[in-house]
Amino acid sequence: MVRLITHNLLACHAKGCTSNNFPLQLKDVQLEQREAEFNPDFLRRFMPKLDWGALVDTARQLGDDSLPLEQPEMFDDDFLRKLHHVLLEVSVEEGAMVCPNCSHIYPISNGIPNMLLAENEIG
Amino acid sequence: MSRPELVAPPEIYYGDTEASKYTQNTRIQQIQAEMTYRAMELLNIPEGETAFLLDIGCGSGLSGEILDEEGHIWAGVDVSPSMLEIALEREVEGDLFLQDIGQGFGFRPGSFDGAISISVLQWLLNAETSHPTSSPPHRLTRFFTTLHSALKNPSRAILQFYPTSDDQIQLITSIAQKAGFGGGIVVDYPNSKKARKVFLCLFVGGGGGQQV
Ligand SMILES: [Zn+2]
Repeated sequence: MVRLITHNLLACHAKGCTSNNFPLQLKDVQLEQREAEFNPDFLRRFMPKLDWGALVDTARQLGDDSLPLEQPEMFDDDFLRKLHHVLLEVSVEEGAMVCPNCSHIYPISNGIPNMLLAENEIG
Repeated sequence: MSRPELVAPPEIYYGDTEASKYTQNTRIQQIQAEMTYRAMELLNIPEGETAFLLDIGCGSGLSGEILDEEGHIWAGVDVSPSMLEIALEREVEGDLFLQDIGQGFGFRPGSFDGAISISVLQWLLNAETSHPTSSPPHRLTRFFTTLHSALKNPSRAILQFYPTSDDQIQLITSIAQKAGFGGGIVVDYPNSKKARKVFLCLFVGGGGGQQV
């Protein structure tokens, strides 16, 4: 499974692809919903690592518009529960991640993205 | 019996048969669990805190299961599809990636609170082709540089591996240092040929917490 928590940290690692290589664009996805344990302390600590714009855009592309466009200043329980769902309870099982810069396609099959590069793409 | 890393590259060696043999072997399970607990101890995450961790060479999820039990959230990478297949069947909680660590990571700076790796690094010491990007120093450099960047400051990466010589330890530690890591080698049971375990303990920044 690829959860959005991981997708939000992932940029393209092909040779020479160092700018505009994030976020990877999700294509032709099949999603799965699964329950995960709610951990507000973890989420609060994780907030600074997130690229908020990329997270909201990606979630909206997947049909989830529960998160506000602007990152809130106060993290109340209601907000953290929505964030929890988006980050940890939605997973991409099939489809692909496409680099917005070099167009490298990372296929996702059976929940596992193939991150292998060809010889000429290795930095 | 030859060491597996000398027989074939990991994604070939750990085909369906070896991957399931490895996972079902209770002796391997036990050693793997002990080393994972020891790596977690060296990782020094504050008691009771849920961390976001990277499992490097997660295989069939033997370590991942322990990370799940301890309440951590993790992503795992492995180059063997057969191993990952078994990890899926075992329903581990982490996000799994088919990835060759010698090609480096694409994770954004500061993504992980720590990383562990059990019995993997020795695979990077063997060249797979004659292509320049396949030489062990090149692959180790890609690996350590992109790992260093993927970890937050301060944090640690604990990598247990099986070196065959002090030269190998020297090569690995010097490349890790060049990539920006501090830290060094911890050897458990140094005088027992069988039980001896080598842990490469890498620090980003001060490594966090008290020294090992
Ligand atoms: Zn790219």
